[in-house]
Amino acid sequence: MAIARGAVSVPIADVFNALRGRGDPTFIAIVRDLRLPRVILGALVGAGLGASGAALQGALRNPLAEPYLLGVSGGAAVGAVIAFALGATGEGVITVAAFAGGISAVFVALAVSRVGGRGARGDMRTLLIAGVIVGAFANAAIMVALARAEPNTLRGALWWMMGSAADATWERVMWLAASNLVAGGALVYWAREIDVLSLGEDTAASLGVDSERSGRRVFLLAALLAAATVSAAGLIGFIGLVVPHIARRLGLRAHRPLIVAAALVGATLVVAADLAARTVAPPTELPLGAITALLGVPFFLVQLRRTA
Amino acid sequence: MDGVSFTVPRGQLTALAGPNGSGKSSIVRALLRRADIVGGAVKVDERDVTTFSYAELARLVAVVPQREEAAFPTRVREYVALGRYPHLGLWRAPAEDDARAVDQALAQAGVDDLAERNTDELSGGEWQRVRIARALAQTTPALVLDEPTTFLDVAHEMAIFELLSSLANSGLAVLLVSHQLNLVARFANTIVLLDEGKVASSGSPADVMKAEKLEAIYRWPVVVTRDPAVGAPALVPLRRPLNLFDQSTPTSSTRDKP
Repeated sequence: MAIARGAVSVPIADVFNALRGRGDPTFIAIVRDLRLPRVILGALVGAGLGASGAALQGALRNPLAEPYLLGVSGGAAVGAVIAFALGATGEGVITVAAFAGGISAVFVALAVSRVGGRGARGDMRTLLIAGVIVGAFANAAIMVALARAEPNTLRGALWWMMGSAADATWERVMWLAASNLVAGGALVYWAREIDVLSLGEDTAASLGVDSERSGRRVFLLAALLAAATVSAAGLIGFIGLVVPHIARRLGLRAHRPLIVAAALVGATLVVAADLAARTVAPPTELPLGAITALLGVPFFLVQLRRTA
Repeated sequence: MDGVSFTVPRGQLTALAGPNGSGKSSIVRALLRRADIVGGAVKVDERDVTTFSYAELARLVAVVPQREEAAFPTRVREYVALGRYPHLGLWRAPAEDDARAVDQALAQAGVDDLAERNTDELSGGEWQRVRIARALAQTTPALVLDEPTTFLDVAHEMAIFELLSSLANSGLAVLLVSHQLNLVARFANTIVLLDEGKVASSGSPADVMKAEKLEAIYRWPVVVTRDPAVGAPALVPLRRPLNLFDQSTPTSSTRDKP
């Protein structure tokens, strides 16, 4: 269905034909070159963010943790904005710059957290604060860069930051699929450790899990997933935060099934959001990040009601 | 810590007591390798703990920390089953003896009727007993508990002490950190009394429960008598009323009663 709808509507029957390379050449072009990679990219973005969020919430023992808390989003945005400002907007350059920025931010956050020393008031909390520091610095850097930018650069950078699956190329899809497989697979592999981590650092130690090492591992894998999604589609907010809660509502507790379920729910949600972005006000497209940000409102309302 | 040295032998219940801040919990954290050891060592079966892998150590010693809050609610049975993690690792599916260990742990801690409840629905005392069950499910030859009976009423507290005593008798090495000097005096084979990071006194309850020593350590007037039930040494704190309007302080009597 997601493939069928859009600025140009393709009847469902024709979608299947087009996938097989038969029928109207325009439809084939639309389905194969535009819609299919876009939908798959959206699904991969949702899956990566959902899995990352689920793993982080467990490891950080915090239901409000989400992939962008680690400074990843800020760092990736800095990378992208710098690329835009330098006029280096060639195919793949922004993606690489954003990924490099995101990963650098994570390592800076790890280094900053070491300033607190081992066991400084809980390693997880230190990591969180370090991520916030890096994110704050990145935001400042972005504001400075944008303030001095040309109008075209400004527009391009802002559009990128609002998130979109529109520039879906098969290269990007492959890139995201590979990183999801590697980082997501590793998280699923170590999922039981996250079950133990979520009990607290002393209890985890009693059960034989070094929470500092294990926590950093989850942190890095989740950050990798997040950085890859940001580099491929810009900033898509709230998916990493909301999706794990939906998955938990389905009754899942152990992190192995939970992370997989979060990936599936995330994929569905982003594909649906991208469909809305394309079809709500045709032929203009709303930024995907705007649609997902709207998710945040009902989510927090529900959380508020629960705590009250 | 300053020159603290003691052994926790198998088949015995060893208690670690002392005022707040004397270092009892620090020792537990050092065992968990969550506190840096600058001098000396914590050894399990003559081997330094730092030479074990975390998983190996978890199969030898189960620890119930003083505080624990579950971030996400789970079913009690699933929570206790996590106690099998040191044996199962990342991928092994639980087998019959794992299920049996969980069932036995639930029964021993007296929480089998809570097995299907959610951890966020438990009272403080129920949660404390469930945490003990998790450690029991680890089926280790040594057990360390840090203030395990804080929220328990007299029946549940006695039940836990009886449980620890019978576990020690069956061959486990049990280390109990507890404020409850009177219960400790009744059940423990050895008491190690800490004061400001040093061992103030250690030995059998009769040796350690001496009024002058306890008064000096706890800085509160006490009398040590024998309880009427089993004749174990019993600590009775005396009153020292606050005189908000009078400068003089009442004197205390410090005598060991036979």
